[in-house]
Amino acid sequence: MQRNARPYLDSLLAIREDIDLELQEIEDWNCCGATEYMSVHRVAAHALVGRNLALARDQARDTDLLTAGCSACYLNLAKTDAQMREDAGLKDTVNQALAAGGLEYEPGAMKVRHLLDLVCHDIGYDAVKARVVKPLHGLKVAAYYGCQVVRPDYDSRWDSHEHPTAMDKLLAALGAEPVEWSLKTQCCGGHMSVIGPDVAFGLIRRLIHGAQEAGADLVVTLCPMCQLNLDAYQVEMNKHFHTDYQVPVLYFTQLMGLAFGKKPKDLGIGKEFVDAAPALAKIQAEAPKVAEAKRKRRPKPGDALPMPGME
Amino acid sequence: MSATPGDNRLNLCIQCGSCGGSCPSGAEMDHTPRRLFALIRADAREAVLRSNAPWYCVSCYYCTVRCPQEIHITDVMYTLKSMAIKAGLFHDAALPGFSETFVDYVEKYGRSFELGLATRFNLRHHPLSLAGMAPLGLGMLKRGRMDLTPHRIDGMAQLTAILDKAKALEGGLQ
Amino acid sequence: MAGQELIEQDIHEQQLTRVVVAACSPHLHEKTFRGVCERSGMNPYLSEMASIREHVAWVHTDKVAATAKAKAIVSGTVERVLKNDPLEAIRVPIDAQTLVVGGGIAGIQAALEVAEAGYDVYLIEREASLGGHMAQFDKTFPTLDCAACILTPKMASAGAHPKVHLFTWSEVEKVEGFVGNYTVTVKKKPRYVDEDICTGCGICVEKCPVLVVDDKFEAGIGYRKAIYWPFAQAVPNLPVLDTETCTYYIGGKGGCRACEKFCPTVPNSIKFDQKEERVTLKVGNIILATGWDLFNARRIPQYGYGRLANVFTNLELERMCNAAGPTGGKVVLRDGQTAPKRVGIVHCVGSRDRNYNRHCSAICCMQSLKTAHLVKERTGAEVYNFYIDIRTPGKEYDEFYQRVLDDGVHFVRGKVAEISDIPFDPAEASRNGAGTLYIQVEDTLAGMQRRIPVDMVVLAAGLEPRRDSSEVGKTFGIACSSNGWFIEKHAKMDPIATMTEGVFVAGCAGGPKDIPASVSQGSAAAARVLNYIRQGELALEPVRASVLEERCSGCRICNGLCPFNAISFIEERKVTEINAALCQGCGTCVAACPAGAIQGTGFSNEQLFAQIEGLLRDVNRSHEPEVV
Ligand SMILES: Cc1cc2nc3c(=O)[nH]c(=O)nc-3n(C[C@H](O)[C@H](O)[C@H](O)COP(=O)(O)OP(=O)(O)OC[C@H]3O[C@@H](n4cnc5c(N)ncnc54)[C@H](O)[C@@H]3O)c2cc1C
Ligand code: SF4
Ligand code: SF4
Ligand code: SF4
Ligand code: SF4
Repeated sequence: MQRNARPYLDSLLAIREDIDLELQEIEDWNCCGATEYMSVHRVAAHALVGRNLALARDQARDTDLLTAGCSACYLNLAKTDAQMREDAGLKDTVNQALAAGGLEYEPGAMKVRHLLDLVCHDIGYDAVKARVVKPLHGLKVAAYYGCQVVRPDYDSRWDSHEHPTAMDKLLAALGAEPVEWSLKTQCCGGHMSVIGPDVAFGLIRRLIHGAQEAGADLVVTLCPMCQLNLDAYQVEMNKHFHTDYQVPVLYFTQLMGLAFGKKPKDLGIGKEFVDAAPALAKIQAEAPKVAEAKRKRRPKPGDALPMPGME
Repeated sequence: MSATPGDNRLNLCIQCGSCGGSCPSGAEMDHTPRRLFALIRADAREAVLRSNAPWYCVSCYYCTVRCPQEIHITDVMYTLKSMAIKAGLFHDAALPGFSETFVDYVEKYGRSFELGLATRFNLRHHPLSLAGMAPLGLGMLKRGRMDLTPHRIDGMAQLTAILDKAKALEGGLQ
Repeated sequence: MAGQELIEQDIHEQQLTRVVVAACSPHLHEKTFRGVCERSGMNPYLSEMASIREHVAWVHTDKVAATAKAKAIVSGTVERVLKNDPLEAIRVPIDAQTLVVGGGIAGIQAALEVAEAGYDVYLIEREASLGGHMAQFDKTFPTLDCAACILTPKMASAGAHPKVHLFTWSEVEKVEGFVGNYTVTVKKKPRYVDEDICTGCGICVEKCPVLVVDDKFEAGIGYRKAIYWPFAQAVPNLPVLDTETCTYYIGGKGGCRACEKFCPTVPNSIKFDQKEERVTLKVGNIILATGWDLFNARRIPQYGYGRLANVFTNLELERMCNAAGPTGGKVVLRDGQTAPKRVGIVHCVGSRDRNYNRHCSAICCMQSLKTAHLVKERTGAEVYNFYIDIRTPGKEYDEFYQRVLDDGVHFVRGKVAEISDIPFDPAEASRNGAGTLYIQVEDTLAGMQRRIPVDMVVLAAGLEPRRDSSEVGKTFGIACSSNGWFIEKHAKMDPIATMTEGVFVAGCAGGPKDIPASVSQGSAAAARVLNYIRQGELALEPVRASVLEERCSGCRICNGLCPFNAISFIEERKVTEINAALCQGCGTCVAACPAGAIQGTGFSNEQLFAQIEGLLRDVNRSHEPEVV
């Protein structure tokens, strides 16, 4: 979070008191290895993550919650913890490696949670709503979850791997209007933006185009990698395809900050590649009026068939 | 293959194609995950390890959550990558390069370093494409989002000791 | 010489007084070997079976250890049989009346067979009409007979048969007793329409101003009134009033009453004050034919059901194809007008998938072929079937597959990954037009990923056990397998009976099957029941609990525990008594009694301790301290 995701970090720091979230950075953390390390050395990859877990456990004061804002970090922490829990052999091997650095980790000692999970499920929508002073009325948002927070979901934290709703509910609590779209958990291109840009550009275009088609003013993310791919690479993608998409991509923490009445500058807003200002200008003081549902008349042949509900 | 958790489930694969159908990189892969598993069962080791598929995997985990047989497909992809590196059989030398470069940085500094990674990666494998990437990298600097110098963690000695031991243990496992 | 004869011969020649057969579990063959003993002049209860198949051969791989275990089990059984007392079977009369639960095709068939043989049947149906799922279909595979043409006559005969006593809009609340002598409490829900007066003229339905989506019979694509007919050919031919949507009830019993106002009968058939009723029935046997529920396709969000308008379920399509259905038999998109030009049919939705159900639903391949044929016939659309395997193992089934191939339906082998309304890129969008759904799949035979553009998707949702099957099972004293279907006595040799004597299962209640198999099971269950009725009485295991009065302290701990209500307390003597006719020998009270005053016949302490001694004989020997 320190560099690449400065706006994510800044906005989180700006709102943490409002939502009563006490954060403590793991001192001297190391990189989690993203998805790359695992492909080269499996045990070392787990040891790398194991070091963070062990440091976290040793440094934690009055908590066993370990949170990460990045999908890959979250997934790797959760995965090492889960696989060490499941596989006693792996647990021993990783602990032997950690012992070389004077560390040890008992799987399950830390509860690994993504930041969004904490905000939605522990702090809760009501507590968030209670802090809203400038509701985001009139702002249409596409909640984008990406892959690795909701999948594979070792500890069943989410309502769906394919079509989750937690962030949508959070954004609604802020007064914004989440749009219904089909690409919530589709891939942002991941590391393909570096190793196979053509593949990634196609995926990015689909997401950006899909959000625009769904009527969203901006896309909201929960991960620096997704933000980078959708925001910075949106510019590259436009060059590649000779298009001119201008869909800003912000972190959910930034929108929380706005709704809590923080200054955009303190939330890192303005650092994005695709300027969010025009979209944010749409925020209105009043909630838009919802058209009243039409009364049902008797169906005639050729009338639309009823739509099945979501429940 | 035995290093992958759950990969002994591969014999459960019913060749339904959920994985290959779900994969965002599926269209670019020479063999879809499903086909790779058929090749593994057919003992076509070289074809498997030369495949570009594991390198194109973006770890989206769609295949894993959709597989009707609960096969840990994404994890199998990791295993196949490391096997391919060991066997020296990769489809395109550039692909493993990214992973290795990334790993290099982590091992030297304890954290990844985006500018260095992108440049080193581009320099080593696609020198001509570097110019095209420059504006993006610079953009990151200007906005204070990317460090010019890599940051080294303090416990580097400890990390190195752990990783060395882990690799020794890993070697011992195989 | 066959095994049984050998035993008989040995009993005679060696003058045997006890027999132990070391073989499979007593479930299957205890009766057989007791019969052998009886024929040879022995009391049948002086024989025992040692289960070395289920307890040893099937569960162990270490042969040496397994053999030792088998020996121990045999030795325990030998010790036990020595303590067995000669017993007499308990004979119970069989009540000739039968209960059938569930009025789908399986239940109707069973009820008619029993009634035709001249015995009374109570047919209990939870919904307002007989018919079950088959009544919703248009055509039936593989012959494409019209479902109503073959089902309605059966429903009508069941409705009119003097021996079939129909209870629709009713459920079984309580079952007491045992085989031959069940007492059943049926709850009749109020219909708010007087069954005896209503002529079925339908004016009330016409006048009712409330229109709601009918998500039962019309599978959600049609409407009904607050007072409504389940469907046109309903048996009985009576409307039913739904209090959850009726203006009068919603308004706290005020407003509307149009139905009552226009009802022409004297006295008025609409009875707003009708109450729930309880009816007690005496029956000898019970047939459960409660059928299946459709898999909820919303559980697979990547298929878009409930989110993407033109994704339909197979059941919605059945209603759409039906000439009496909401579209008059036209296959159209959700807009109610446009005929689709490209249709994708997705097999195995919620079946054969560890994330949902592991079983194959058995009928959806054939149902999907039927749907493909009907859609093609009615719209001329390009039709694609997406399948993992095509399963057509029935009479004339593969021939039907051939016919559909001949129709020009496309077959893509691959489990569909996702269905999206969003094109991958602008080129795809302009090629296919707005409103297109993209079916993303790996064509596993061509070895490539494909995105097939369609206008309409039909999901072949699978069959699931009824959502309340475990509660229903409890009411009738039978168990469900881990996936929720009722468990039969033996999967191969006795697929109709259950572990509870006198309770039978027919149709999809026991697992997914097609109509021919459901009908056959209905007949088979009826045959089993008729067999019991003809015998007039039944020999029951004499395994019963009894109280040794002198030991009973009157603590009453056991009193509330008996699942068969066989225990009562004699106030005068301050002791507990067990009614041998009601006791099923389950042993709950035996284990609970702190004074050890309750004995289970066949399971006395003496017998059990002897068995344990025998089991441990070798263990004791090997642990004896060595004396040097
Ligand atoms: C879309 C689709 C199309 C199909 N098409 C065909 C076809 O063309 N040909 C074919 O052979 N098969 C077809 N089938 C299979 C067919 O539906 C079944 O074989 C058949 O319905 C089984 O009949 P049943 O009586 O066992 O169950 P059901 O039809 O489910 O009937 C059970 C009855 O029991 C009632 N009930 C349930 N619980 C209780 C309770 N606790 N108390 C009282 N009553 C209760 C229910 O209300 C229902 O009336 C199709 C299935 C589907 C999903
Ligand atoms: S999804 Fe699973 S079962 Fe299907 S082909 Fe892929 S690995 Fe095999
Ligand atoms: S995890 Fe990898 S192999 Fe699986 S679908 Fe995603 S990219 Fe493809
Ligand atoms: S009283 Fe109820 S059922 Fe009768 S007509 Fe009015 S709304 Fe319909
Ligand atoms: S019958 Fe066919 S469609 Fe249905 S679950 Fe079985 S294989 Fe799948």
